[in-house]
Amino acid sequence: MRYAGIDIGSRTVKLAVIEDGRLVLSRKSATSHDPLGIARDLLEGVDYDRVIATGYGRHLIKGHLDCPVISEITAFVRGSRFFSDDCGSILDIGGQDTKAISLDKAGNLCKFEMNDRCAAGTGRFLEVMATVLGFTLEEFSDAALSATRAEKINSMCTVFAESEVVSLVTQGAARNEVALGIHRAIISRSAGLLNRVSHSGKIFFAGGVALNSCARTLLEQETKRPVFVPPDPQIVGAVGAALSASENG
Amino acid sequence: MAEDYTEMWKSLGIDIENHNALLAGLGQAYTDIFLSQKNRPEGMKYFDFVMSEVHGLRIKELVDAKAQGRKVIGSYCVFVPEELVLAVDGVAVGLCAGAELGFEAAEALLPRNTCSLIKSMFGFKLGKLCPYVESCDVIVGENTCDGKKKAYEIFRPLVKDLYVMDLPQTKSDTGRLMLKEEYRKFIAKLEKETGKKVTVQSLKKGIEMVNAKRKAMIRLAALRAADPAPISGLDALLINQVFFHDDPARFTESVNKLCDELEQRVKDHKGVFPKGTTRIIISGCPMAVPNWKLPLLVETSNAVIVGEESCVGERGTRWLTEVKGNTVEELLDAITERYFNVDCAVFTPNPSRVNHVKEMAKKLHADGVIHYSLQFCQPYIIESGPVEKELEKSHIPTLRLETDYSQEDAGQLKTRIEAFNERIKRK
Repeated sequence: MRYAGIDIGSRTVKLAVIEDGRLVLSRKSATSHDPLGIARDLLEGVDYDRVIATGYGRHLIKGHLDCPVISEITAFVRGSRFFSDDCGSILDIGGQDTKAISLDKAGNLCKFEMNDRCAAGTGRFLEVMATVLGFTLEEFSDAALSATRAEKINSMCTVFAESEVVSLVTQGAARNEVALGIHRAIISRSAGLLNRVSHSGKIFFAGGVALNSCARTLLEQETKRPVFVPPDPQIVGAVGAALSASENG
Repeated sequence: MAEDYTEMWKSLGIDIENHNALLAGLGQAYTDIFLSQKNRPEGMKYFDFVMSEVHGLRIKELVDAKAQGRKVIGSYCVFVPEELVLAVDGVAVGLCAGAELGFEAAEALLPRNTCSLIKSMFGFKLGKLCPYVESCDVIVGENTCDGKKKAYEIFRPLVKDLYVMDLPQTKSDTGRLMLKEEYRKFIAKLEKETGKKVTVQSLKKGIEMVNAKRKAMIRLAALRAADPAPISGLDALLINQVFFHDDPARFTESVNKLCDELEQRVKDHKGVFPKGTTRIIISGCPMAVPNWKLPLLVETSNAVIVGEESCVGERGTRWLTEVKGNTVEELLDAITERYFNVDCAVFTPNPSRVNHVKEMAKKLHADGVIHYSLQFCQPYIIESGPVEKELEKSHIPTLRLETDYSQEDAGQLKTRIEAFNERIKRK
């Protein structure tokens, strides 16, 4: 039997297919203005017996694909266990939200916290700031890692932080130091969210921002806890949904 | 089409055009949210009728009462004793509002980061949208949180007669003494306004009438312990909301009639959702009409609400006033004792509130608690941390939510609620 999970995020749609307990396929595509169309494209030609949807667009797909849905929190809990069995908490920094989740010893959902209604301190924030500094996302992370000191960024609001960054640059601040400041700001905020649900143990770092090596390094430094990043941190929710599909016969 | 009340509204100074838009929106929301529910008790028909006439027939009753020389006393808080209003043959109405209306006008007078409850109070007044507010001879404000007490300073010139009652913030002997003195001053105000004296007889009558209303609500609350739940949380919240403005005797009779039906349902193991549906208690800030946002999200996410620990809920109804004493002074002591129990988060410390949530969870067989705070409501938001800790320590799963009257965060809230239900189901 082949089980599919589709995670319709605010920035990226992810698909994962599980067969005999192995991940046999994964696909990703930018969400665009038409998440439903993107979801259909991703599923095109994919052979599966059951599918479960998750992500902010999960209810959108309902009625079109006629599949059950689970919340992204449960999807991340299930998905994280596929890649690691010793992480007591999950930090997911996605396109427009951040989730901190703690698990019990058996790997069940214990507590969770999410950022408030706006996208402050999420992946989208990093994207906007990279653009303001004239970096691609890869360059942005590398530049931050190359800095030995960081400029202090006070605002977490994308709009306010943009003016703050612009004014720092015009005052002659080094771009890489501003870049490090931005990374620090987002990670210290996320670590604060994580601390509300769990204080110790290995952290499972997921979501698009986990691809950023500077973010990973800073998370370890900030929390003084080991950080585990799965091979593709973006598909954890989709894998979790696929695993749930394999359980609910 | 019900009777045309346009002339009556005009005479009260209501903005007819905006008010019509409000009623149309309210009617549609009511149809979508309440009438679409399955397996509703027959007894809810009375409350459907009340809601269809919420700015019509009930306002006419108030206008008629005024014509007979009775006074209408409005308030925004469960600390204002209805017993005292009834003792001078007044009509008590709750004025809290639960819609994001007139917020631009409100924000011209108040900071943006003011809670929705206060903004709505201003919005309805400035927009001339609430015939209850416009019917009042006296509006009673009260010094609960800092937001409200400072807002009343700005509210005063907007209304005919604002009377502000001070309230204690600690459950101490001086606090009790202060509450009693404030109630004594309130009696003087009521007597002056109505020209009637509070007597032992009139006060006893008032106490008995409000107690009967509360007893009916306590009966309703207890029936919700059954699985399957005999009534939805939305309908139960609605009854708690109607509690504040309906005719007390008719309301009591209607709730008791509904409870007779619910008792039969419980015997027959009939309910609104299947047996075994996840059972949730809501605890926190009050939800005034038409604030049905959170219960709607919960009850469309495979869960049922079985209790409200809120001013519009058990915090407002669970204590009776003892009819003890042969003098007004002794009865005033009994009233003070009763209200001094109310465990609003403005009190410090406030341990009885979380203890009550724990009791409710046990009695009502709840699977989890959702703590509901209005954004910028400092007392409840700050208290929510320790409340969550204490409940989790007692193995009661707890989810803290902070929101306002807008709909923009409905998606985020739904994700949290669904995840919370999934967490509970795994246990």
